[in-house]
Amino acid sequence: MSRILASVAIVLMCLLLFSTTNGLPVLFDANSPASTHVTPRYIEKSHEETGSPNFVTAVLADYRGYDTLGETTVIFTAGLATAALLMASKKKSNRMKGGKDK
Amino acid sequence: MIMEEVLSKFLIYWLIIILFLVGPFGMIFSKNLMKKLMAMNVMQVAVIIFFLALGQKAGATIPIETSGIADIGKYINPLPHALMLTAIVVSLATTGVTLSLLTLIQRNFGTLEEDEIMRRMEK
Amino acid sequence: MKKVYGSIILDTAFRYLIPFILLYGVYVLLHGEYSPGGGFQAGAILGIAFVLDGLVQGKKAILRITGETAVIIAGIGTFLYCFVGILSMLSGGNFLEYSLLPIPMNDVEKHVWGILGIETGVCICVMFTIIAIFYALVGKEE
Repeated sequence: MSRILASVAIVLMCLLLFSTTNGLPVLFDANSPASTHVTPRYIEKSHEETGSPNFVTAVLADYRGYDTLGETTVIFTAGLATAALLMASKKKSNRMKGGKDK
Repeated sequence: MIMEEVLSKFLIYWLIIILFLVGPFGMIFSKNLMKKLMAMNVMQVAVIIFFLALGQKAGATIPIETSGIADIGKYINPLPHALMLTAIVVSLATTGVTLSLLTLIQRNFGTLEEDEIMRRMEK
Repeated sequence: MKKVYGSIILDTAFRYLIPFILLYGVYVLLHGEYSPGGGFQAGAILGIAFVLDGLVQGKKAILRITGETAVIIAGIGTFLYCFVGILSMLSGGNFLEYSLLPIPMNDVEKHVWGILGIETGVCICVMFTIIAIFYALVGKEE
């Protein structure tokens, strides 16, 4: 039953997504909303303001430095979580084996 | 002629939607947790390709300032690239966390099949 | 990993490959402002060098570090990022305001060095997180 509901939900989602394609900007359009609001400022000014000809680096490390700090923290936290999960459980492995049997 | 135009404008979005829907489909219909994780990663890739497709411009070059090109329309949009660059690495990190959780489940229950885990939990 | 997966072909190929991978990673990091590249990509490349070493050489790996050490060094990378931000606060600016870094240079050069500093921090963090995840996942069989 739940599988039928799920497939209905997926078909509905498919129809919804396909019907919105018409409103998306045409591919390769230089005047699409994504390329007109803030990007021209980055392309025009970033070399003289940050000294980096690579716009991606300028955006990533300079204009949006806070974002990148957040991302770095997320990555570090994920590494910490992985290490904590697997290395803490290594010491308790005897108890784990006991739990598996019953 | 109309068909050709529609395909050149919207075909990439249709392919991305199909790729995206592989994600929920696989996550709901497969009973193996590892396959669920793989479906989730396919969904992430679809979102990343969608954002990159939004940043493209016809006849433009990579977003690195070259002497001799001053026109804004000649550089592709750097913003989606910067955002997706971090998204890729974060997806790597979250996949690592998920894999370690799956390792713990496998060690605890001896399987990754959903039904089997439920049965062993009730015992 | 108990077993070493290397054969003589794999070992030899690895020995010739690893210096170039490490050098390319450092190049991508330092040249990231002028060509495609940057901290995240360099971190992935350098991390893959260590992962390759662990896969091919197993316990005899030259570049082997334990998962705990890797997590600590990843934390140092994150701290380096914050440290650049705090340095610019020391001279009265906002967090991550590179033009107020306390180094005797002109405005644009300060930006360049600030960007390089935080890219190095990101690179170290990504690299050692990959290594930590890898050794946490394969290390249980020891």
